[in-house]
Order: sequence, then C-alpha cells, then structure tokens
Amino acid sequence: MPQNEYIERWTKQHGKRLDHDERTRKRIARSSHKASESARSFTGLRAKLYAKKRHAEKIQMKKQIKAHEERNVKSSSAPAEPSSTPLPSYLLDRNQTTNNAKALSSQIKNKRAEKAAKFSVPLPKVKGISEEEMFKVVKTGKKTAKKGWKRMITKPTFVGPSFTRRPVKYERFIRPMGLRYKKAHVTHPELRVTVQLPIISVKKNPQNPLYTQLGVLTKGTIIEVNVSELGIVTAGGKVVWGRWAQVTNNCEMDGCVNAVLLV
Amino acid sequence: MATVLPPPSKRQKTAIAEKAHDQQSIDAIPSDLGSVRVHFYDQSTGRPSGAPVAIPVADATVKNLELLLNTLQGNDASERVPYRFTFGADGQAVDIVDDIYRALLKPGLRTTEDTISLHYTPQAIFRVRAVSRCSASIPGHGEAILATSFASSSSSRLVTGSGDNNARIFDTDTGTPFHTLKGHTSWVLVASWSPDDTAIATGSMDNTVRLWDPQSGQPLGQPLRGHTKWITSLAWEPYHLRQSSTFQRLASSSKDSTVRIWDSVSQRIDLVLSGHKSSVSCVRWGGTGTIYTASHDKTIKLWDSTEGTLISTLTAHAHWVNHLALSTDFVLRTAYHDHTGAIPSTDNEKMAKAKQRFETAATINNILTERLVTASDDCTIYLWSPPPAPSSNTATIKPVARLLGHQKQVNHVTFSPSGTLIASSSFDNHIKLWNAATGAFLHTLRGHVAAVYMSCFSPDSRLLVSGSKDTTLKVWDTATGKLKEDLPGHRDEVFAVDWSPDGRGVGSGGKDKQVRVWRH
Repeated sequence: MPQNEYIERWTKQHGKRLDHDERTRKRIARSSHKASESARSFTGLRAKLYAKKRHAEKIQMKKQIKAHEERNVKSSSAPAEPSSTPLPSYLLDRNQTTNNAKALSSQIKNKRAEKAAKFSVPLPKVKGISEEEMFKVVKTGKKTAKKGWKRMITKPTFVGPSFTRRPVKYERFIRPMGLRYKKAHVTHPELRVTVQLPIISVKKNPQNPLYTQLGVLTKGTIIEVNVSELGIVTAGGKVVWGRWAQVTNNCEMDGCVNAVLLV
Repeated sequence: MATVLPPPSKRQKTAIAEKAHDQQSIDAIPSDLGSVRVHFYDQSTGRPSGAPVAIPVADATVKNLELLLNTLQGNDASERVPYRFTFGADGQAVDIVDDIYRALLKPGLRTTEDTISLHYTPQAIFRVRAVSRCSASIPGHGEAILATSFASSSSSRLVTGSGDNNARIFDTDTGTPFHTLKGHTSWVLVASWSPDDTAIATGSMDNTVRLWDPQSGQPLGQPLRGHTKWITSLAWEPYHLRQSSTFQRLASSSKDSTVRIWDSVSQRIDLVLSGHKSSVSCVRWGGTGTIYTASHDKTIKLWDSTEGTLISTLTAHAHWVNHLALSTDFVLRTAYHDHTGAIPSTDNEKMAKAKQRFETAATINNILTERLVTASDDCTIYLWSPPPAPSSNTATIKPVARLLGHQKQVNHVTFSPSGTLIASSSFDNHIKLWNAATGAFLHTLRGHVAAVYMSCFSPDSRLLVSGSKDTTLKVWDTATGKLKEDLPGHRDEVFAVDWSPDGRGVGSGGKDKQVRVWRH
C-alpha cells in the first residue's frame, strides 16, 4: 500500500461515517459562501494569488456553460462546413494533413505575381560582424603558429554533403563540426506554418562574399532550402524543390537555424 | 574555344550508313515466313466468326486484318468498322498494335504452325482528337469549383458547382457565363444533367437537392429537402426506364447514410433506401432498374428501383468504398444522343433508341450484363458482374476480379464508353488501365506528380484525360499507355474534369476558381 492512502485504507476497513454524505452536501452548499468570504477578507499576496486562481476557475466555468448551451440549441441552419476552403465530396472525410503545405504553395504563387515583392527581404539590414569576431586565429603546433594564417570560424556554418577537408597543412579555414547545421526551421510569413527543412546551400551572406563561400549562417543570410516534402508544384506541374529563405535569428546564440521563406 | 572535331572520313561514313541500314532491316517483317492461320472471335459473344483464314505473315498488319474482317462480316465499303485485335492466352491479353509478327511471332507467343485466335472488338467509327489547348478560361465563380458536367447532347453547355454556393451554366462556344443558379446556402458539391437535358440537379452541403431549368436558369420548384447531411452524389433514372417521357426520377446519396429517390415532377420523396451504416459515397442507377450504392461502411448494395428493396449486398472491400462505375455509364448518361447528332423526333422513338443503345452496350455473350467496378481506400478495385435482378443467386455475388497494384487509396474509377477498359485514379499519383472483361492489368500511366483526383474517357475510348492535384490535366493514349498531351494552365488543384459526350471539348475546374475549356 502506498504511504499516502491511509484514508482510503481506513474507509475500506471501517466504512464511512454515518453522516458522511450529509457533511459533503453541506460542505458543497457552503463552498460559495466560503469563497466569497475569502475573497473579501484576504489581503496582500494571498489575495492576489486567490484572485488569480478564482479568475482561471471562472473562465473555465463560463466556457463549460457555453459549451452546454451550444449543445442544447437545435439549429435549423446549415451545418457547419468541415473546412474553411471548399472541397469536393471525395475529399471531405479525409483529414487534410498536407493542407498547410498546399495552401503554402498557392500563397506563394499569389505573392510572386506581385512584382515588387521580388526584391524585398524580411531583414533588409543587419549589424556588421568584424573579422576578429568571426575568426579565431589558430596557433596550435610549431609550424601553424609560425605561419599564423590558419583561422577557425566561430559562427555556425552549413557545409555541403560532398565537402572533404584539405590536408591539414594547407587548410586555411576550419569549420568546427559542432557548429555545422543541416536543417533549418522555416516559417511561412503569412500562414505562420513552420516546417523543418534541409538546407541545400547558402546563397548570400550579407556580411562578406567570403562568408557566402564558407557557408556561414548569420542573421540575414539567404539560404536555399529543400521544400520537396511540401508538395509544391509549378504552374507547369513540376515539383518545386529549392526555395530561398532568410535566416532570422542569431544561430550561434540559439543553437538552431530559424528562417523565413522568401515569397 | 572548344575543339571542333574533323568531319568523318569516307570509310567512317560508309560504315555508319551500312550499320544504320542493317539495323533498320532487322525490324522489318521477314518475307520468308509464309502464312499463318488466324481465327477471329467476337469479344462480346465469344463466338468465332467463320472458319480460320490463312494470311501471309508479311501482310498481317492491323490495317489488313481490319479490311479482311470487314469483308468477312459483309460490311459495306462505306461503313467500315475499325477493330481492335487482342490475343488472349492463359489469362493475359496481348494487344496487337502494329502487326501479328511483332506482337505474337517475334516474342514467341505463337509460331506460324499454330492457329492464332484473335478476339476483335469494334472501335468507335468516329475519332476524337486529343485536346491540346485551352480555348477559354472563364472567371465567374468566387470560390473553388467542385463539380463540372457537360450537357448530354452537346459540348456547348457546361454546368459547374462551386464553393461560392452557386452553380453556373457556361456557354463553352463563346466562353461566357450563361446562367447563374443561385439558391443553395452552402457549397454545391455535385451537378448533373438529366439524360434528355431538360433539367439540371445540384446537390449541396446544405443537405438539399435543387432542380433547375437549363434554358432559363430558373429553379424548377422548391428545393428537395429530406437529407440530414450533405449530398455526395446524384444519379438520374435512365431514359429508357421512365414511365413516361416527362416523368423522371432522381437518386441522391448522402453523408447521412441514406439514398433518397425523388420524383422530380411532384418534388416528393419516392423511396428512401436506408441500410448502409455509414456515409454513402456514390450512387448509380443501372439500365436494368437496379440502383447501385457504394458506402464508407465497406459494402456495395444493390437495390430495386421500383420497390426500394435490397437485392444484394456485396462485401469484399476492407475499407471505405470511394467510387463505383458501371460499364453502361456513358450510354445511360447520353440516352438517345449518339455520335451522329441525329435526335429521334417522337418520344417513343427516343425511348426505343435509348433502350437499343443500352442493350448494345450491355450485352456480353448474348446476356444483358451490367458490369460494376468499385474503388476503395484499401488500395484495391473489385470488378463485379451481378446477374440480372430476378435471378435466384443474387444473395452471394462473388467478384469477377480483384485489381491489385495501386499503392494508395483509389479515388475514382471509370469505364470506357466502349466498355472494354477501366481507368482507376489513385492518390499514389498514377492512373492504371485495366481490361474490363477479365480485370487484367494493361498499363500504368505515370506522369502526374501529385494525387490524381479524377479521370474521364473520350467518347471513342481512345483517349483519357486526368485531372490532378499537381494543377495539370494530362491526356493519355489508352492503346499505348503513353502521354499524349500535357495541359498545364490551372493555377491550383484540379478538382473536376469532364469530356463532353460529343468529344469536342474538355471542361475542368478547380481550386483556382476558373473554369477552363480545352479543345483540339
């Protein structure tokens, strides 16, 4: 028997008090009086906590009442439509798991029609990052220290799948394994849908063309992401798989890449 | 600059020419093969037509076989019928595409020693040209288009049902809206023309069915109320089964798991077919007076349309039955309208012509049989051949064939107008073609990159058009299983597609709110 179930055990052994039900009824009947008494008399922090608790309870109560009322109404009006967009009868009973992605594709198409949207990005300006902040000079070993041109990148990077390191002797830039990212959380700006998608490449780092080459992911970087899972198609009926997105967070602070899709 | 290769020397040129000549001559039919004995059988009756005929192998092309068979049948030179020849052996059917040598002798299926039995099926004597361009994209609807249907007499009238609570009739010749059918209070899910084009029925999310006059665009009477959930499908009584030419009935299936049969003149419920345990997904009214219903409760039920009694329940599917099609769908839809465009003058003649057209389409081996194909969420398709209604063994009907191959749910099946092919469209992005007699697999039509929602045969059965989630329509050649035309143009999913019964155009509609008409 668990330690804390002594009351249940006692009830099992000896039964309930003869006036148990009466006492419960009275306690429930009295509870509203008690609640109002406490509400009036409490002061300070206790009052604050009590008011907060009571507020939450009341919201819950109101919701419940509303639900009951809705259930009781016999509506003669048209039945609620099962989805916000019209669907043919053969799709009505199917749960639309891919709906978001599809909505995404049509939104993108609509937006692209507006020409002005082509060159605007969500983050037009970013703070500059100095080379000292970006690179750490590697001074390990006798020869390396002497040469003094070996750099370690201190920011997260994207490294393509086909990358192989150069011989250590010639390697100028080290991109640490721990700071490499393959996936980004990409948000569609209008729909507020976020999907985790694989990164294909880094298209442009606003800081420096060298960083673009190195695949450095800083705030404001334009990346190409693989959207083939979303099932987006072009007007000609081909599957779209690469689409651009802009990084919106400081990846080195957060430990993840968040991006917003460019539409 | 890249290096330019020197031109080939004379020796190289002759070698190439010789090689090309050799390779080409391999493909030709050898002239020394002598002759082969061919025995023709009628596909519909299974009977031979005359004695075997000896044909020189070099001349045994489809063209020549057609000519020979027409002569054997005693057809006039002016009305030669094109035939399709199939060779059936041990369960598989081989289509003779070019000639007997390439189809049968070269693969080693038969030798010149054997007598080759060829089954022939008459093809439509008219030819529908593949649609290749969008002749009109007509805006008008304010929401996605959920259903389209051409009038049974001509391709000039198209009705569409939409999510903006309206149905519209379009004049496809000019590409303009003709009438707006206003009245429903929710999405119009289905729209259907009566076989003689005197009425349009629309079924909606607001649980009602409405009837409209196609000429004036005015409602015919009050909405038909009775269902408690939305309408999933509509079926008109076949023209030749009507008690009189003006008295027509309509069956509507609903999500509320009933089918109601309405008397369209007095606007009353004639019969209620209740027995299904879940949403009825599809209803069809057969030409023998049987009503076929498919339901989400995994069964297909056969009902008597006069009494409203249950004839039989077909249970084989393991999941929702999504759609069903009859081998006679096309003739029932078009009734007395045929490819010549000649319309009989009196009602009795119309009735007789409709009946005669139905009987030609439904007769197999001299028995009136309506075959039935059902598509399901269990990724399979079943082919059924229920015996005519007053037969004793309707209680246990076994399927003719189980058509396996789809990887995902099958959404739509359709018989070709000739009744020889079945096309099934599935959520696995493919369409499959099957032999309608045996259920043998013929072709997979690959090309769509998203779920295929619907497909529709051309009236001559030689082409198939499919509409897909990937925003395109594709036209396929049913004989070869190859893509004939790719029709991009819609900006979003294509929900509904229909080929006009006279073959002149294809109408499609979808999520981009535009009706498109495609022509050759």
